[in-house]
Amino acid sequence: MTRLLGYADRLSVAPGENLKVMVSCDGIESYDVSLIRVIQGDINPDGPGYQEERIDIDLGGPFNGRYQPIHTGSYAIVEDAAPLAALASMGLQAFIWPTLPGRGVQTIICREDPASSLGFRLFLDNAGALSFALSGPGQEPIIVSTDQPILAERWYLVGASYDAGSGLITVRQMPLRSSPGGNREYSASYQAIPGLSQSGCTAPLLIAARPANDWPAREHFNGRVEAPMILSRPITAEESMGLTADNASDLVAAWDFSHGISSDRISDLSSNQLHGRLVNLPTRAVPGRLWNGDEHCWTKKPEHYGAIHFHDDDLYDCAWDTDFEVKIPEGMRSAVYALHLQGDGEDYYIAFAVRPPRGTVTAPVAYLMPTASYLAYANNRIGIDVPETEIVAGRLIQLSPLDLFMQEHPELGLCFYDLHNDGSGVYYSSRLRPIVNMQPKHIGHLGGVGSNLWQFNADTHILGWLEQLGQPFDVITDEDLQNDGLEALSGYRAVITGSHPEYYSLGMLDALASFQDQGGRLMYLGGNGFYWRVSYHPTLPGVIECRKSEDGIRAFAPRPGEFYAGFTGEYTGLWRRNGRPPNELVGVGMVSQGFDISAPYVRTAASHDLRAAFIFEGVEGDTIGAFGLSGGGAAGLELDAVDHSLGTPPNTLVLASSRRHTDLYLMTPEDMNDPAPGLGGSEAEIIRADMVFFETTSGGAVFSTGSIAWAGSLPDNNFDNQVAQITTNVLNRFLEPKAFAKLG
Amino acid sequence: MSRYQITTEDLKYAAEFKANPLGVASPGLQRIMNLLRGGPKEGKYVLIVQEPFRQWVLGRLPAERGQGVEILKDQLFTDLAEAEWEVFKRRWQAHGGQNLDQELA
Repeated sequence: MTRLLGYADRLSVAPGENLKVMVSCDGIESYDVSLIRVIQGDINPDGPGYQEERIDIDLGGPFNGRYQPIHTGSYAIVEDAAPLAALASMGLQAFIWPTLPGRGVQTIICREDPASSLGFRLFLDNAGALSFALSGPGQEPIIVSTDQPILAERWYLVGASYDAGSGLITVRQMPLRSSPGGNREYSASYQAIPGLSQSGCTAPLLIAARPANDWPAREHFNGRVEAPMILSRPITAEESMGLTADNASDLVAAWDFSHGISSDRISDLSSNQLHGRLVNLPTRAVPGRLWNGDEHCWTKKPEHYGAIHFHDDDLYDCAWDTDFEVKIPEGMRSAVYALHLQGDGEDYYIAFAVRPPRGTVTAPVAYLMPTASYLAYANNRIGIDVPETEIVAGRLIQLSPLDLFMQEHPELGLCFYDLHNDGSGVYYSSRLRPIVNMQPKHIGHLGGVGSNLWQFNADTHILGWLEQLGQPFDVITDEDLQNDGLEALSGYRAVITGSHPEYYSLGMLDALASFQDQGGRLMYLGGNGFYWRVSYHPTLPGVIECRKSEDGIRAFAPRPGEFYAGFTGEYTGLWRRNGRPPNELVGVGMVSQGFDISAPYVRTAASHDLRAAFIFEGVEGDTIGAFGLSGGGAAGLELDAVDHSLGTPPNTLVLASSRRHTDLYLMTPEDMNDPAPGLGGSEAEIIRADMVFFETTSGGAVFSTGSIAWAGSLPDNNFDNQVAQITTNVLNRFLEPKAFAKLG
Repeated sequence: MSRYQITTEDLKYAAEFKANPLGVASPGLQRIMNLLRGGPKEGKYVLIVQEPFRQWVLGRLPAERGQGVEILKDQLFTDLAEAEWEVFKRRWQAHGGQNLDQELA
């Protein structure tokens, strides 16, 4: 088990800049830190051997260890709720669409001093019935409940009132659509003492959580909340449904979540302006009670998107205190690095990139570190939450100590392959938390028979190849590409991708396409790249959004009406469904996946075209890559093939293709409109990796392998093999200044 | 979730699996694997890494997040093929198949 965890405030840093590092120790009194350059992270004894370079730099350790908890669960907070202290009589209401009623107490609206319990609280009790707690100064809380559980995933108007003159408390739950069998309106009343007031309560107001003494918030709501409202008088049953900020008398607060949907702020339409902020990124841009399918884009009809979906397992930023800072020395070479924390027999690596000094290029080639894809898979629970993984992996799932830790510590947060506790899909993934599967030495679940690596650590097979070549290279992360656009790549002759650059924002894709247009050369050494569209948040650092609309291979489908990104309003899903198929950029696009054994490529007649002669210099045999650490072959895990109807350039040379995969490989949903027998790898002709080359109209060129497993074949025989030879041949030619022939 | 029912006719696929648990499967064996490797999360067999790439013990997944994985410490393996065969036999019998240690001795 790991008792040492950490993260940095960013994934990319330039020389001369500071990296803030946050650490949590569970029962570890002190720890030391060293800086390493990540060269080869595969610890498979049958592989090339783990390799790192220790950087001689004093980081100031050893440091005292301290435990820093992770507070999951989203909510809204209004820090300054002073006008509520004047309340005596009151009426509260909100529309709710609960997803886990009956699973613990769940708060809807709460203003309560956690020490004295002074305040009021509208909530669902342990049985899922609407309840209201109220206390005045020095009073024990009075709790009134309908004692009738409400149903999951149905809209209700819920409310509670207190008449300070009479002392009467009323609670009411009303389904917006009643149905036979109990889903109808229920209310309850209780005669309390008159004259209770909120005088002296200074607590903030929370929506969807309850403040606690020892924790920022507890008793989170799971589900959607819309249009919460507070009046300084009781609300009658007759008026409740039609109350708005415009027509309500004695209005104290009325929050309209259809305002500022792309932000982490909530707006109060009342004159008190009790605006608030959201903690841990609950999901916005989701249909509210008014949504009827007329409009699917929230930017065009925000009033239909007035709900926020809260989850008790949302996490944006652990917000740990900084334990130490690292100043990256001037002159430090650009590379992938990690801070190696060690204490009491425990290890943890915090990986990051040092980019070249801003505005400079220090090598002819850039390794484009796919950090968006690392986030997409961050702390994924594919091996422990998804029983089908064993079927698609074709072997028993292996759980490492890190997996066991994740199983017992789900507070590490979720990613695009996970479901929330309430079964809804995860749309956001953040790097402001420990990402345990972004470490050297990590072993994955989908990496095939052999080393079984995935994403970050699988990509170190590419770093290892560059190292043994002695090839100078810079490292540019996806975030750099997103933030700097083409400027991040200008000046490089060639760009090398990771093994699985699956997630791309519009800005990243535009930058890479512009690099091509300017004559840049692109080596796509992976599979299933440029597949999903993601969105970076316009103001919040370190978080991306992905909604997998329409189709594609995905862990879940977004609910109807949720196909537009909340961060940006972009239509989401496959780039193929957004008019930018990967085939246009790299010649090939995703066709299949399977995670057991990989296959070799077989050279085609077209590979003997003189245009491709440089690629095969010194390469013997027509069968390429019948070896490797990712399934035992160079073509495997996730596969791309040419498709001219999707924009594969007409001058594309298919150099080699894999020919037979196991029947764990199946066609993708986007290619399978009308399922018919013969969809598996032993039969379907479309299931293959195509290795391709083409020249661009601007004198550049593209080489694509169309296979994640390619990288795993590079180290074979100490990098002396066909796959490494081909890759090196391509790199050498791509680094020559001579323009490629401008065809067509 | 597969609805396939193992019959005595399938014994040849058990032999095929025993000979090559991590390779290309015949359609008949693949059908068996879809059954045996399917099923719910709770109680699903997994391997717990004791020494990476070299030593494992059997484990069983819990139903819920946050719960511990059951670890069967006496089921130790130093060969992945042996681990696959052990789980195959257990699942085969759980699905109404024969005792493969006896049938394929």
